[in-house]
Amino acid sequence: MNRHFENLALALSALRANLMQSILTTLGIIVGVASVITVVSVMQGFSSSITGQFENMGSNTLVVEPHVPFRERISGVRAKLTYEDFEAISRRVDDIEIIVPVIYQMPGTLKYRGEQASLQFFMGTVSAYAELNNHFPENGRFLIPSDDTYRRKVIVLGSDIRKDLNLPAEPAGEYVELNSQWYKVVGEMEAQDSFLGFSRNKMVIMPFQTAVGLLREKASEKMQFMIRVHNIDDQDRVKEQIKRLLRKRHNIGPNERDDFKINSSDQMREQFETVLDGVTFVVAAIVGVSLLVGGIGIMNIMLVSVTERTREIGICKALGATRNDILVQFLAEAIILCLLGGLIGIGIGYGLGAVVELAIPGIPAVVVPFWAVALSLGFSSLIGIVFGIAPASKAANLDPIIALHYE
Amino acid sequence: MGGETIRALDGVDLSVKQNEYIAIVGTSGSGKSTLMNIIGCLDQPTGGEYQLNGTMVSLLGDTALSVARNRDIGFIFQSFNLLPRATALQNVIQPLIYSGLPRKDRKAKALAALEKVGLQGREGHLPNQLSGGQRQRVAIARALVTDPAIILADEPTGNLDSNTTAEIMALFDGLIETGHSIIIVTHEHDIAEHCSRQITISDGKIVADTRVGAAA
Ligand SMILES: Nc1ncnc2c1ncn2[C@@H]1O[C@H](COP(=O)(O)OP(=O)(O)OP(=O)(O)O)[C@@H](O)[C@H]1O
Ligand SMILES: [Mg+2]
Repeated sequence: MNRHFENLALALSALRANLMQSILTTLGIIVGVASVITVVSVMQGFSSSITGQFENMGSNTLVVEPHVPFRERISGVRAKLTYEDFEAISRRVDDIEIIVPVIYQMPGTLKYRGEQASLQFFMGTVSAYAELNNHFPENGRFLIPSDDTYRRKVIVLGSDIRKDLNLPAEPAGEYVELNSQWYKVVGEMEAQDSFLGFSRNKMVIMPFQTAVGLLREKASEKMQFMIRVHNIDDQDRVKEQIKRLLRKRHNIGPNERDDFKINSSDQMREQFETVLDGVTFVVAAIVGVSLLVGGIGIMNIMLVSVTERTREIGICKALGATRNDILVQFLAEAIILCLLGGLIGIGIGYGLGAVVELAIPGIPAVVVPFWAVALSLGFSSLIGIVFGIAPASKAANLDPIIALHYE
Repeated sequence: MGGETIRALDGVDLSVKQNEYIAIVGTSGSGKSTLMNIIGCLDQPTGGEYQLNGTMVSLLGDTALSVARNRDIGFIFQSFNLLPRATALQNVIQPLIYSGLPRKDRKAKALAALEKVGLQGREGHLPNQLSGGQRQRVAIARALVTDPAIILADEPTGNLDSNTTAEIMALFDGLIETGHSIIIVTHEHDIAEHCSRQITISDGKIVADTRVGAAA
């Protein structure tokens, strides 16, 4: 052990001798590890925010939305959900705890006393939305049933919007202008993590019927129903009932496709995870290639180094170095080289992650998990071993007398 | 590569006992260094056999050969063969690393060896910062530091002035007194005469093997 420690020290001193060259050699490793760390850190941010979102929503939530396949959609076919569909589902499907109609409309411009903010979207919904999404007002109030009844022009603000418009800390009672119409602010929502670039903090909520009045016939294309079932076990049955009911109401023939989609929050999470997995896979492939290139670079420089130091190796063998000593020394050199590249890559990856976080507003906070660092370093060492073994054994197997006579 | 086979050594029959003081002489290219390499377990003869301490060297594995080179033999090369990126001290420490001596004992031992060859104060210098004679003395210190039973010196005084040569020979005499064996390749008549046995090689063959009076 003591002996191998010495071999390590020898390896280090050889690397120190050409530090700049050594670092350049590890460029492939640096690129590979830096991309792993960058992507993993950004993805981790996303997936923890997604997980957070779905936890708020609860896993026993369904979302019904109009849906036509892309090909039909570009030829002008539009799917619709109506308020009557909503009422039918609420009345006829069992085991629903909460059902909420939601209309999304984007984008819009909001004005307040000369300040202006562009909205990612505004939303029309009813009072039960808050409970279903576990998202409540920070101050003021949320929508109440009578807002809907009288189609009141009231609005609840996302927390970022209030700040952007320089509204007072308790904005209730102020009037804001949305797409040239005046609305009274009744409350401000609590801040939430942003979600795949969509931030609920940047939206405004108005009564459902107010939004319907605004959008008229277009409202039913933008309509969704959010449903919470009593018990997660009932989810599939509820889905089936809704499906049958809507197919009947929409007069869909037995061989025709649904003109709506029912997603469970689990399903949506799976979809997001599939996307994330896809991205991860692509990145893994890029990383794999750059690590391979990096490894070949390392092997190349090590082979050159073995040739350059042939005589030295011969001397060490003449002085009593065993095959193992030489093997360990050169293998250690390759591994240290790779680890060096790995460490630099981790540093750059951290930096890039931070830059991405700064550059893209609304992106979740970047997290570099410990496992990614450990994995990167582990992989770097593995590359060192795999690609260092050939040069190291070439060095170890040199015949001392031939090595000593090498010019 | 040249095509024609050169017999660097041919039909050499030599037996060396413990505590012998041997000079090998011969013209350039006669095969002296080749013989030393075989004795030093660096090279293997293509035919015939070599026994070291009763062991057939051709039967030793790679690691056993390394151990033998480290423990039994101190090799002073004709061309010094110092590690170019290592200081004088590190060069002398190197064989001690392979013999497994604890780190704390190595430095003291190496410094003592350097002092013996008169290089105190030069331990931090790299080989290219030393003169030819100084390099040769580093090589000698490195061969002596492990206290090997056999010292093989290929023209150890070739680059030294007569004073230093005398000091080195005195050092060798001291080693003979403590029971070591020394084999010196030399072109210098004085040194050859100084040894107790003189072997003359010509064209890879031993042409003379004479014993002279005991070392002075
Ligand atoms: N690696 C080698 N390949 C081919 N021939 C070699 C090799 N090494 C030595 N020889 C040949 O073997 C012969 C003996 O060489 P050796 O080095 O033993 O001579 P030497 O007696 O030590 O000479 P010098 O006094 O010049 O050092 C020479 O003819 C030389 O050309
Ligand atoms: Mg020679």
